[in-house]
Amino acid sequence: MMDPRIMWRRALNYVMLTLTGIAALGVVSVLFFILGYLIWNGGKSLNWNFFTQLPKPVGETGGGMANAILGSLKLLMLAALMGLPVGLLAGVYLAEFGGKTFSFVVRYTTDLLNGVPSIVIGIFAYSLVVLPVKHFSALAGGVALGIMVIPITVRSTEEFLKAVPGSLREGAMALGASKWKTIVTVVLPAAKAGILTGMLLALARVAGETAPLLFTAFGNRFWSPGFGQPTASLPVMIYTYAIAPYDDWHRQAWAAGLVLLGLVLVANLGARLLLNRGGAVRSV
Amino acid sequence: MSAAATTIVNEVPPQAGPRAFLRRLRGGDEIAHLITLIFAAGIILLTSTLVWELWVNSHLSRAKFGWMFFFTKVWDPNFDNFGAAPFIYGTLVTSAVALVIAVPLGLASAIFLSELAPRKVSDVISFLIDLLAAVPSVIYGLLGIFIVVPVMRTIIGPALINTVGNVPYIGALFRGPNYGVGFLTAGIVLAIMVVPFIISVSREVLLTVPREQREAAMALGATRWESTWKVVVPWARTGIMGSVFLALARALGETMAVTMVIGNAPTIAASLLSPGDTIASTIASQFTEATGDLYLSSLIELGLVLFLITFILNGLARILIVTTERGGGRPA
Amino acid sequence: MPSVSEGSHATAARLAPKVPINETRSMASEKETPVRFQISDLNFFYGPKQAIFGLNLIIPVNKVTALIGPSGCGKSTFLRTLNRMNEIIRNTRVEGNILLDGQDIHGMDVVNLRRRVGMVFQRPNPFPKSIYENVAYGLRINGYKGRLDELVESSLHRAALWDEVKDYLHKSAFALSGGQQQRLCIARALAVNPEVLLLDEPCSALDPVTTAKIEELMFHLKDSCTMAIVTHNMQQAARASDFTAFMLDGKLIEHSETSKLFTTPKDPRTEAYITGRFG
Repeated sequence: MMDPRIMWRRALNYVMLTLTGIAALGVVSVLFFILGYLIWNGGKSLNWNFFTQLPKPVGETGGGMANAILGSLKLLMLAALMGLPVGLLAGVYLAEFGGKTFSFVVRYTTDLLNGVPSIVIGIFAYSLVVLPVKHFSALAGGVALGIMVIPITVRSTEEFLKAVPGSLREGAMALGASKWKTIVTVVLPAAKAGILTGMLLALARVAGETAPLLFTAFGNRFWSPGFGQPTASLPVMIYTYAIAPYDDWHRQAWAAGLVLLGLVLVANLGARLLLNRGGAVRSV
Repeated sequence: MSAAATTIVNEVPPQAGPRAFLRRLRGGDEIAHLITLIFAAGIILLTSTLVWELWVNSHLSRAKFGWMFFFTKVWDPNFDNFGAAPFIYGTLVTSAVALVIAVPLGLASAIFLSELAPRKVSDVISFLIDLLAAVPSVIYGLLGIFIVVPVMRTIIGPALINTVGNVPYIGALFRGPNYGVGFLTAGIVLAIMVVPFIISVSREVLLTVPREQREAAMALGATRWESTWKVVVPWARTGIMGSVFLALARALGETMAVTMVIGNAPTIAASLLSPGDTIASTIASQFTEATGDLYLSSLIELGLVLFLITFILNGLARILIVTTERGGGRPA
Repeated sequence: MPSVSEGSHATAARLAPKVPINETRSMASEKETPVRFQISDLNFFYGPKQAIFGLNLIIPVNKVTALIGPSGCGKSTFLRTLNRMNEIIRNTRVEGNILLDGQDIHGMDVVNLRRRVGMVFQRPNPFPKSIYENVAYGLRINGYKGRLDELVESSLHRAALWDEVKDYLHKSAFALSGGQQQRLCIARALAVNPEVLLLDEPCSALDPVTTAKIEELMFHLKDSCTMAIVTHNMQQAARASDFTAFMLDGKLIEHSETSKLFTTPKDPRTEAYITGRFG
């Protein structure tokens, strides 16, 4: 006859462990649910027009988000141009040159910047770029996104540079390479894969950001040539259309959501698979 | 020894000649050091400028309202009277709801992934959960508006009102008109958004607990669950707390999804079903509508407040997580 | 002892460059042997901790000098002072004189020093590049603009690796076996035509067959290159070197011709070490 207390403990064990499994599977199924729903709802509305046409005037049905797609690409390009070099070089500093206290301050500040809510960064870009000229612009949006790119890039650059074995550096220096030559000709190439995927992930992250664009790039129902005008972007369009009272706009918001999520997930998947498979040091 | 060779292969370039060449070579390292240092310092400069700009541009409202800004319940653009209390309330409430849902869910999942699932399965599921963290906020908002809100309005809301709503005290949380949007809805959406962070950090922390701990408990006859709950989890307690702080910091700064489902009303209400606003959602929905310098300044001051809150929380989170990794989880 | 193909060594001999020697004297005894390195009163510190005490040594030209001693006696540290590699580590300090061909190495440009004094490490550390690019690396960074192909080939000959890789020059260096990688590192070091080659336990990670190959190529390299090798393996020291220095606790205990040191050691500690009583 089994001690009832042991039976109780066994039952509790079984129940709790099952619950944890349910929890984990529940969380994962949310992901699949999101994907599925988006594919279902968004896929219905996705058509050639979506990618090629401009938005129609308010109230009319049809039209597309061509300008938003182009706008997002423009903003990403600006963010990459401004943020990636800063992140890369600062990462090189931390991994290769850094003194103890200064490096600590830089790392701490970078982590701080990483934790700043994206809307606050939007306020910052607003005060830097929009206020002085009193109009919204793609440049302001690019600045906001560029700032967000920096901490992610710094961290991954530093991490992958540090992963390059010291024996490689020693080998180069023993041949007479100066420190910077060693970095440029041996260390950076060895860490290339990791650093590039880090950059890709950073860009994928900011591609989906909406809040910092709300009052920097703002939005536009037409094309916005150059970088000095308010610019439409995919995330902001989704937001604008989703909260509007028009069914047709809701339909388009789903389509845009599918496109955006698709791009972000593909970039993330690709980057993570590359990282898991190749590792940091590859033959260049 | 082999026969002496007479052919002489071209020599490698001669040794360093004049001093200028020497200086230039050594200078190369110096220049590289300097350039990278400048960019690293640039980050410090950037962040300081950010704080500075927030401070300076909120000057008007800081001067006019002072500390009362945090306690004034009124947010009235028409009369230039701005108080942050409703948004602080909204931020706290939605975050609390989010944590109440996300922490048990996340911790349970993390336990499953670190203790029970075979390594391969655990890795795959963790990978998928990391992907969840990459989903943009606005997409959560989209799903929130068109799925969670209607469900809230038609099913969950009425259910809660009719059941828990009648219980004394707690019932106050679930009363009143139910539009589908509100604190609870925002809290639920937030919970889904922060759960991946709790899971991934907690899982890592749990995995660092030494195997001997589990074995000691099991050898004493503990069940799997008992050994996990009573030994492993307490060992990783500080790190798990850190993950919660991290999740909290994320939740506080979350903007888009919250804006889309919270109802955008500067109210303080006991009922979770009431519409409200958070600091972030207020800034998002009103910034471009702000007429007048005081209005704008007040919004920017809200941004400053948000910055400070997340700054403190992130700092605490990091200390907690690092303490676990270093101290081996000895109970605080 | 298995031998690398004759053809390879003949070619190596043919291509081996002549390196200028400061003094030409007959090599009758240790005292009259021309000297590449002259080390006097060397003290070395890792922070506050002293690792080398008052070391005096000469390294003769075109000979192999072996450094033996128990673990931690400072032989690798000493080797690394010769090409100033210890400067990469923070908080190190060197006192005393190290002269290369009469010139103080701390007065000359370190980049140039390292071109003249090459190093091969304990574990092979080829770059994640092709075999060709590995060997050409030193030449490229030193700005050499001549015909790389010839120099790459001759270096690979001198390292007794050419025949094995000549059809695969553009493959990754990581495709090679451990022993081949080490010979590649030797070729890489030789490409810049160093006067001295420092070898820090080059065979400790390799099997006996590969070790034999490397010892043989060292034998053929001597003519054109002075070598100093740190080794744990006393048989290797006895086989492959002309002079041997025995170190203990950071001090030089005894230094003489290899045959003399191993048959009639002067110091009782040397005898204890080589007969296996400790170390």
